[in-house]
Amino acid sequence: MEARFLLGFLLLLSLSSFAFAIYEDQVGLADWHKRYIGKVKHAVFHTQKTGRRRVVVSTEENAIASLDLRTGDILWRHVLGKNDAVDQIGLSLGKYVLTLSSQGSVLRAWNLPDGQMVWETDLQISNPSNSFLHALGNVKSGRDSLSLVCNGGSIRAVSSIDGLVVWKKDLSVDGLKLKHVFQPPESDTIYAIGFIDSSLIALYHINAKTGELLKHATQASSVDLSSEISAISSDSLVALDTSRSNLLLIKFMAGTITNHKLPLSDIVQDFSGLAELIPTKSNDIFVVKTPSNVAFIKVKGDNEIELIGKADEAGIVSDSLTLSEEEQAFAVVHHSNNAISFQVRINGREALTEGIKIEDHRGHVKRVFLNNYVRTDKSHGFRALIVMEDESLLLMQQGEVVWSREDGLASISDAVVAELPVEKEGGVSVVEVEHTLLEWLKGHMLKLKGTLMLSTPDDMAAIQAMHLKSTERNKMTRDHNGFRKLIIVLTRSGKVYALHTGDGRIVWAHLLTPLLQSESCPSPSVLTLRNWRVPHRKALQENPSILLVGRCGAGPESHGFLFIVDSYSGKVLETQILDHSIAEVVPLPLADSSEQKLHLVIDDKLNAHLYPRGSDALEVFVREMANMYYYKVENAKEVIKGYAFKKGCSTGSSAYCFGTRELWSVVFPSDSERIVAAARRKINEVVHTQAKIMTNQDVMYKYISKNILFVATVSPKAAGGIGSAAPDEAWLVAYLIDTVTGRILHRVTHQGAQGPVHAVVSENWVVYHYFNLRAHRYEMTVIEIYDQSRADNKDVMKLVLGKHNLTAPITSYSRPEIATKSQSYFFTHSVKAIAVTTTARGITSKQILIGTIGDQVLALDKRYLDPRRTANPSQEEKEEGIIPLTDTLPIIPQSYVTHTRQVGDLRGIMSFPANLESTTHVFSYGIDLFYTRIAPSRTYDSLTDEFSYVLLLITVVVLIVAILVTWAMSQKKDLQEKWR
Amino acid sequence: MERSSALIGLIFLLISISCLINPISAAASGSGEGYSIAGRVKLDNFVTKGFGLGHSPKLSETKVILNGGQRTTFVRPDGYFSFHDVPAGTHLIEVSSISYLFSPVRVDISARNPGKIQAALTENRRALNELVLEPMKDEQYYEIREPFSMLSLVKSPMGLMIGFMVLVMFVFPKMMDGVDPEEMRQAQEQMREHGIPSISNLVAGRS
Repeated sequence: MEARFLLGFLLLLSLSSFAFAIYEDQVGLADWHKRYIGKVKHAVFHTQKTGRRRVVVSTEENAIASLDLRTGDILWRHVLGKNDAVDQIGLSLGKYVLTLSSQGSVLRAWNLPDGQMVWETDLQISNPSNSFLHALGNVKSGRDSLSLVCNGGSIRAVSSIDGLVVWKKDLSVDGLKLKHVFQPPESDTIYAIGFIDSSLIALYHINAKTGELLKHATQASSVDLSSEISAISSDSLVALDTSRSNLLLIKFMAGTITNHKLPLSDIVQDFSGLAELIPTKSNDIFVVKTPSNVAFIKVKGDNEIELIGKADEAGIVSDSLTLSEEEQAFAVVHHSNNAISFQVRINGREALTEGIKIEDHRGHVKRVFLNNYVRTDKSHGFRALIVMEDESLLLMQQGEVVWSREDGLASISDAVVAELPVEKEGGVSVVEVEHTLLEWLKGHMLKLKGTLMLSTPDDMAAIQAMHLKSTERNKMTRDHNGFRKLIIVLTRSGKVYALHTGDGRIVWAHLLTPLLQSESCPSPSVLTLRNWRVPHRKALQENPSILLVGRCGAGPESHGFLFIVDSYSGKVLETQILDHSIAEVVPLPLADSSEQKLHLVIDDKLNAHLYPRGSDALEVFVREMANMYYYKVENAKEVIKGYAFKKGCSTGSSAYCFGTRELWSVVFPSDSERIVAAARRKINEVVHTQAKIMTNQDVMYKYISKNILFVATVSPKAAGGIGSAAPDEAWLVAYLIDTVTGRILHRVTHQGAQGPVHAVVSENWVVYHYFNLRAHRYEMTVIEIYDQSRADNKDVMKLVLGKHNLTAPITSYSRPEIATKSQSYFFTHSVKAIAVTTTARGITSKQILIGTIGDQVLALDKRYLDPRRTANPSQEEKEEGIIPLTDTLPIIPQSYVTHTRQVGDLRGIMSFPANLESTTHVFSYGIDLFYTRIAPSRTYDSLTDEFSYVLLLITVVVLIVAILVTWAMSQKKDLQEKWR
Repeated sequence: MERSSALIGLIFLLISISCLINPISAAASGSGEGYSIAGRVKLDNFVTKGFGLGHSPKLSETKVILNGGQRTTFVRPDGYFSFHDVPAGTHLIEVSSISYLFSPVRVDISARNPGKIQAALTENRRALNELVLEPMKDEQYYEIREPFSMLSLVKSPMGLMIGFMVLVMFVFPKMMDGVDPEEMRQAQEQMREHGIPSISNLVAGRS
């Protein structure tokens, strides 16, 4: 009875601390947060004399940000919605940033200093197409200035102050695509020029203040026009024809249009191939890029053009920068080996050439944005923002890289964890020990002061600083607790980074795709990465390594390649271009004699290729082949198929190639069900115990199988987003399927529910999140599966007599009787990603990590998602830790693992175990990265940092003193007694 | 002071009157079937409150999200936001803010009665007659440190040890005093016979 009471007390104690929570001064102790912006596609410099110099950029990740030009730090950043790609950015009135997004249908203005959105205008464009923004400097109505947005055949003038549409003009001509708008100085008329169906040139005169159409003219073009143009002066522009070998010089004077065809071969000698017109806005100069070089061409007088400069290699050319009336500057950047040459050309002539060494893991230059500043001697200096192949951003000035940002990390597509090297045995000097001891004591004295609330603010700052720069956590070696690890991430550009869990710094980075680029592999892209060798036992001397798999072209049938990379140094150990395609990489729970993990690469013809290639790997695989199964979810066909492997494949006679044999298929009726989500258990998840003891001392056996696949389907009408389906025509069906036999273990239908569905499978349960249309709220459901065939093992007599089936192997071939328990709850937020904590031995209770719509990560105790919850739990159930049932899952702010940080555009959450059973690492990524360590049941197996050693020391000293004092006192007393 | 509060009250009254005159702004937009949803995020009552983040709440960080991410918009300085070209049907609006917790809002755009919009908080099913979104509570992400107290120190394991020591030092001798020395000696002898070592034994044995 007493023991029970104690147990209850302990549970109560643990109940009182549901949430993972930290104190404010613990921020940054175990966590780090890195902010990125993504691959820059537009940049506008703001370098006025007063105020901070900054550059406003928009990126492919739909982010807009203002960066400090001195340091590259983010001053502010906003991430727009997924379908809200930025088309153009501009500055207006010197204080607003204008962004045109969603294919020219939304115009927003942001306050330049702090990034507050000032106004937003929906331009109500019926058929969004390529559109452009033109800020009119001198169209003034009062103090306002207008910005023009052209889209197809319509123009809208938007006031810069409040975003109201001042006028709009639909030119209502079929096939009209406006190309350029300009306004002669000191005039109220604007000229809009466009092409109609690539054969007609049209010119419109429009009153800038009212939008009234004053005049229009059209003329047939002598060539078929492509969409590339370059505006060269206030009354002329250059267009490229569809054959990409002729230029058309178009002039429009006083309402008439003249056009003149100029073959490119006349201007540029040895011209061949297809030309490209680089869009610039400059005075009489335009840039043509041909396969062999870049030509700067000047227009002189009537219809005469002249080649004024050439850059020999096909470099990257920036937009033009106007220095003065006559002077136009371009930046041309070439890349060779590990240096880039940065050249500024003023009016086509070379004005400045600088060679800059950069790390070779950045690849080629992709984009360049030029900006100038005036030096003290009134000459022009130049700086350039350079976007590299790995999506990093560099600022270059005076021949050196001023700052660089690793913005490739904003597009992580996959991640794995690797161990750090083992610490080398080595002598630690006595001085060092004394020093650290002193530091240690000092630190603890400070901490004690902190706990006793005696510390001054200075001391507090010192404590914080001490926590942060603690060298222990940033060491490059393995630690006993497994807190220090490497997170190896793959980004969209194909660059691989190794991040240290201590502070998130980049240990090594490699851009691998250029190593492969060749005839046989034209456009390599890395698809996924896996742990290739995780040394333990036999191969402890070998470094761990990582497998990277990709394909050479865009199509699914293009050949694959693989890399093996050392995870300590990032060195490429092996490169191989495969003779087959890659559809999927299946890691197997097997390893060969040198601890290399076996992987099956499935190609598009459903053949399986075994890697690593080695006789012992083959032997291991062939021995286990009969127990290997593979399944494939074909979303498009609404089918799930299961396969077994057989010897000999359809495409070749290689011993490492195996064929597949279809075993089963689950076909969903396509007119009533669409697959929207599939999830399965992590293959390396550890389960501590199969038995679960119920309140009434009963035992339930969890049905633990690695082959459980969760699949969710919705009705076709509900396959769209929320708001598109009525509750009556929407349903969601959840299946649990055994992937070996294709047996449907459980099936449940939720009427009136729809996706998006996010699911996580762990141990014997699955938790999934979906939208309930009837209640119009999100819901989460938990299904737990129990093995009924083992349920009668409770009988002690049977156990004694050995008549139990506990030792029977768990196999998918037998059809165990299973029972499921399920419960649903409301959940407040939309969910972007869902994961579950994993610990080294699976003893610690689980938390579900939910990436919410607010880009935060919430750790929700699994106890809240327990089907045994009831509204009025009995005393015994309470003691066991069952929480009274509520209809909504609670969101406790302290249980956000990201606390006050946001992981912009959250895409994935990863949890991996530390060596310490209580603790797990959580890494979440989107545009930002966030890492922390959490202890779902608190750190029961180690003392926390909070533990005050000094207090302990003081206690011990006090105790010793007390013992001595009492001893002295008792002696004295004895003496007195004897004298008496 | 009083005057300014009166003024604020007047402004609030005016706002509420103006809100009564034009309830939820919803209008069929020019480009066809879509409707506009316009609303306001209001933090006024929350600004003065204690704040766990250490900086003042910023509207610029507040996003309004339609249907779980289909569209995202930002809040203007005055708190207003709008979605355009939204088809008729039932939609969900969420406000993402690091500083506050907002309830999602269910918005019904009637197809039969064009432009009629009804809104309700999904968390407590409260109907809104105007689309003004107010935070349910501000978010406190950190545990608050208990202020130092003697009690917590005493309650800690070390405190308990010291407490016990004190008890042994001062209370036990007093208890011993009450015992007759003869009985005490007898008891001690008995103990010695049974061979049970005890602290008092040890102390006595040393002397």
